[in-house]
Amino acid sequence: MTAQRDWRGLLFVAPFLALYSLILVFPLLRGLWLSLNQVDLFGAGHFVGFGNYQRLMHDPVFGTSLINTFEVTVMIVPALTVISLLLALALNRAGKGAAVLRGIFFASAVLSVTIVTLIWRFMLAPDAGLLGEAWKAIGWAPLPFLSDPHLVLPALAITTIWWSVGFPMLLILAGLQQIPQDMYEAAALDNASGWTTFWRITVPALRRTLILVIMLQTAAQLQLFGQSQLLTAGGPSGASRTAVLFLFESAFGRWELGYASAAAEILFLIILAVTLTQYWATSRNEAGHGR
Amino acid sequence: MASLELQGVRKAFGATLILDDVSLSLESREFIAFLGPSGSGKSTLLRIIAGLETADAGEVWLEGRRIDTLPPGKRDIAMVFQHYALYPHMSARENMAFGLRNARVPTDEIERRVNDAAGVLEITPLLDRKPAEMSGGQRQRVAIGRALVKQPKLFLLDEPLSNLDAALRLRTRVELAQLKQKVDASVIMVTHDQAEAMTLADRIVVMNDRKIQQVGAPMEIYSRPANTFVAQFVGSPAMTLAQVTLENGGGPARVKLGDGSAVQTAVPTKGLPGGELRLGLRPEAVRVADKAATTKAKVELVERLGERTLVYARLSDGQPITAEDNAYSRLSIGDDVALAIDGASAHIFGPDGTGYHSAATA
Repeated sequence: MTAQRDWRGLLFVAPFLALYSLILVFPLLRGLWLSLNQVDLFGAGHFVGFGNYQRLMHDPVFGTSLINTFEVTVMIVPALTVISLLLALALNRAGKGAAVLRGIFFASAVLSVTIVTLIWRFMLAPDAGLLGEAWKAIGWAPLPFLSDPHLVLPALAITTIWWSVGFPMLLILAGLQQIPQDMYEAAALDNASGWTTFWRITVPALRRTLILVIMLQTAAQLQLFGQSQLLTAGGPSGASRTAVLFLFESAFGRWELGYASAAAEILFLIILAVTLTQYWATSRNEAGHGR
Repeated sequence: MASLELQGVRKAFGATLILDDVSLSLESREFIAFLGPSGSGKSTLLRIIAGLETADAGEVWLEGRRIDTLPPGKRDIAMVFQHYALYPHMSARENMAFGLRNARVPTDEIERRVNDAAGVLEITPLLDRKPAEMSGGQRQRVAIGRALVKQPKLFLLDEPLSNLDAALRLRTRVELAQLKQKVDASVIMVTHDQAEAMTLADRIVVMNDRKIQQVGAPMEIYSRPANTFVAQFVGSPAMTLAQVTLENGGGPARVKLGDGSAVQTAVPTKGLPGGELRLGLRPEAVRVADKAATTKAKVELVERLGERTLVYARLSDGQPITAEDNAYSRLSIGDDVALAIDGASAHIFGPDGTGYHSAATA
C-alpha cells in the first residue's frame, strides 16, 4: 500500500524531474566533466584532470576579470538596494501619480540588454551624449566614460542600476504593503519621529525582503555579461572584462570549451560561497535577535 | 472638571457622512463604552480622539487642553488596538518601552514602569519574548501594558475583547474591570458587544447612523431606552415592538394590541405624541401564564437557556412577541400559549421612535 502510494507520487513529479534533469542536472554534470578535459568545439577532447584549473590560476586575464566582476558588483548592489528602497518608499501610496511613476520606473526592466546598452551608449558618449552635454553645460570637460579604464566600471554600474531598479523596487513595494497600517498608528501614538519609525518599524519589517534583494542582485551581478560585451567588449584593455565575458570569449572566441567550463565552475563556486555566506550571516543575526 | 470633551465633531469620507455633529463630555476617571453596530461611526470617533483621523469640524479637549490640533503622540492618550499592533521584531519589554524612549523618559524610570506594569498584568516571565512567541491573550496583555506604562490621561480600547475566545473573554473582562480601579485615568472602549459595555462601563454611549443615540448608565440605557434603536440594540433577545392604539385620555396610558387585548402601562398619557404608537416589551415583561392572561399566542420557537426558557410566539393578528417561561417549560412549537404582560414595565414609542417610560422608575 505504502509502496504503491510512493510510486504514484513519483508519477506526479516525474514530468518536472525529467525536465529538470534534462535541462539542469545533465548540463551541470556535463559542464563539470568538460572542465576536466581539454576540448574544442569540433572534435573529441582528452582528459587533463585539474589542468584547466591550474592554468586558470595562473591566467592574469581571468584574475583581472574576477576582480572587475567583484568591483562592479560592489558598486551596483548597495546602490541598487538603496535606490530601489527609496523609490519604493516614495511610491508606496495610492493615487494615479504614484501608479504611473511605478510603471515608469519598472519600464526599464522589460527592455532587453541590447536596447539598454544602445541607450546608454548615447547617454555616455563624451562628444554628443546627454551626460557629456550636461558636463559641458556646467563648464566641465566631458568625461570619456567608455574609454577611460577608471570610469568604465562605474559606467557599467550606472547602466546596470538604471536597467535593474524595477524588480527590487517591486519586491520592496510588496514588502511595504505587508506591513500592517496599525503598526504605524501605534508608532504615531508612541510619539515616534519619522526617522525612528523608519529605522525601528519599516526597516525591521522589510528585513527579509532586503536580504532577498541583496542576495538575488549579488548572484545576478556576479554574472554581469551583456552590458560589458555590448558597451565596451571588455575594453579598454580588459578594464571592463567580467568573469562571464571571459568565459564567453574562451568558449566562443578561442573555442576552448574545457577551459571555459573550468572558469564557469569556479564562478559557480564563488557565487555559491558568497550567497551562502550572506545567508549564514543574516540568519545568524536573526537568531541573535531572537534571544 | 470634565476629562474629555467633544464639541460638534463631524467627519465625512468623500460624500459619505460618518459622524454628524457629535458632542460628548466625560467625567474624570470615567469608563465609557461606545456601543453600536458596525458602521455606526464609533471607531471613527475613537480614531479622531486618538488623532489617527482628523475631524472635518469640531474640537477635542482633554483636561482643559485642546488636543485635536496635536499629533497623536503628543495628546497624552494611549490606545490598545483591536489587533494589538505589537511591533513584531521587538520583545514585549521593548514594545512597552518604545513610547517612553521616544518621549526621552530616563532609562531607570522606563525600567521601573515596565516592570510595574508587567507585575500588574502578570506578564513578567514574558518580557523577553517576541509577539510571535505569545498566545493571543498574552499579546493583549502586552498591548495593555504598552498603554499602561505611558501613564496617559485617557485610555482608548478598540474592541479589546473581540479577538479572544469565549472563556478568555470573560476572564479578561473581569480583569479589565479590576484594572480600571487601579489606573488614574479615563477609559473609552469601543465595542459592539452589549454585555461588555453593560458590565464594564460607568456610562454607555450608544451610537448608530452617524449620531449618538443615548448616553447613560448601563441600567438607564436598558430600562429607559431613548428610542426604538437603543431599545432593540441593547438587551438580548431584542425587545418586542408592537403597534398599539391608545385607549384612554388621562393618567397612565392604557393601550390596545392589534389582537384586541388591552395592556395597562405605567407611562403617563400626558406627553405622548399623536399618531402611531408602539408598545415595547422586554421578554421578562411577557410571562407564560396559566390564568389571568393578557392574551393568547401560538409558539413558533422555544429556546431553553438553562435558567430560563425563551418563547418566540405570534399573536392572533400576526404580531411576533418574545416571552419568558421558567426553566422547565414544557412548551413546544405549535402550542397555543397564554401570555401575561406586565404593563408596568412596558415602554411606549412615538411615531418618530422616541421612547416614553413609566414615571415611577428613575
